Amino acid sequence: MTAPPDDCLARNEWICGEYLSTRRDILLDAVGQHLQLTAFSVLIGLALAVPLAVLARRWGWAAGPVLALTTVLYTIPSLAMFSLLLPAYGLSAALVVAGLVLYSLTLLVRNILAGLRAVPEETRQAARGMGYGPIRLLLTVELPLALPAAMAGLRIATVSAVSLATVGAIVGFGGLGNLIYSGMNTFFKAQVLTASVLCVLIAVVADLLLLGVQWLITPWTRAARA
Amino acid sequence: MDPGGPGVNTLADAWDWLTDSANWAGDAGVWHRLTQHLVLTVVCLVISCLIALPVALVLGHLGKGGALAVNISNVGRAIPTFAVLVLLLLTPIGKWGEGPTVVALVLFAVPPLLTNAYVGMREVDRDVVRASRGMGMTGRQMLWQVEVPLAMPMILNGVRIAAVQLVATATIAALAGGGGLGRIITAGFNLASTPQVVAGAVLVAVFALLVEAVFEVAERLAPKRGAR
Repeated sequence: MTAPPDDCLARNEWICGEYLSTRRDILLDAVGQHLQLTAFSVLIGLALAVPLAVLARRWGWAAGPVLALTTVLYTIPSLAMFSLLLPAYGLSAALVVAGLVLYSLTLLVRNILAGLRAVPEETRQAARGMGYGPIRLLLTVELPLALPAAMAGLRIATVSAVSLATVGAIVGFGGLGNLIYSGMNTFFKAQVLTASVLCVLIAVVADLLLLGVQWLITPWTRAARA
Repeated sequence: MDPGGPGVNTLADAWDWLTDSANWAGDAGVWHRLTQHLVLTVVCLVISCLIALPVALVLGHLGKGGALAVNISNVGRAIPTFAVLVLLLLTPIGKWGEGPTVVALVLFAVPPLLTNAYVGMREVDRDVVRASRGMGMTGRQMLWQVEVPLAMPMILNGVRIAAVQLVATATIAALAGGGGLGRIITAGFNLASTPQVVAGAVLVAVFALLVEAVFEVAERLAPKRGAR
């Protein structure tokens, strides 16, 4: 009879190199699912938020209800949000994406609207004086000037989505959250710690990437400071 | 066939669940879970305020530690609540019943309190602060009679954000075995009972919106300084 292995897995230690090497495929799958959930949610949220913010800016009366709705959505706790979507989506990845879209949407609409409102009236008038129509004004003057505020919102939305996606474990689609959930039920310390650290790493890397994108697409903010 | 579609049917079933008095009584009933949720939120809000506000007020008064006070809330956002709850559950703290929940709730409520109170203190008009110094006020008098009253709207905004955060975190705590309204949802998932899941979610959402509304009303009713 062979003796049971006496490695860090058997001793259930928090930090375990053995875990990383033996469960690499599980970890990579979870990271992949986590990235997909987050990326889809934030991109769909962005695609919906830009027109909503532009409309709320154009028609002043729409801004109040839109902002009130986003406050209500943001106040609903994530677990309740996913649960409320259960009858519509069932136990699916679409449920988690839909819930995360609603949170991203909220953060993005508020920030993009704040950015559009911060465009100076003189700038708008100057563009109109140069013969810009409303569409050209929006696309080449207002939206670019709202970019820094919009990117700040995008960074917050992305980092929040990475962190909230873990709650998707309740329906079995939580990316790294699934590993945390199953690790909790089996008191598997190495799995919980590894998945948690990876989750924070994804958030930090995504934040830095978006910061880099912002640096690249808003060269005029650097020129002004120099 | 169901003419209203599955969505309407589930909502009707959720309503039946909510109006069944059997679901409101007992240790797993709504009243008990609601009390747990309320007590957890209030107790942790008080603990968090006792920890965060003195630190923020002193740092704000001295004008030190700004980078820390502001960055700590960005760091807080990147750390998943669920992960912290489970990590705490697996440490020795996990043996004290609601221990992990209380520690996690406080950890996530402190950053918004700290950041808002600090920013509020620093946004007090420097001329007003210098004038109070010129009038011969001591540091303590400046803090309590000038800076804190002027920073109060921002401090209360932080308390409001923290309270909403606490309600949300207390809900997720149910996933890691904590008490509160979230348990109705997790129990619903375990029973594969969609009506119970939806009913629990409605209760949680209403509770969170009520907390938000209470602060909204309090802000409207608060006496406006400088209105005289």
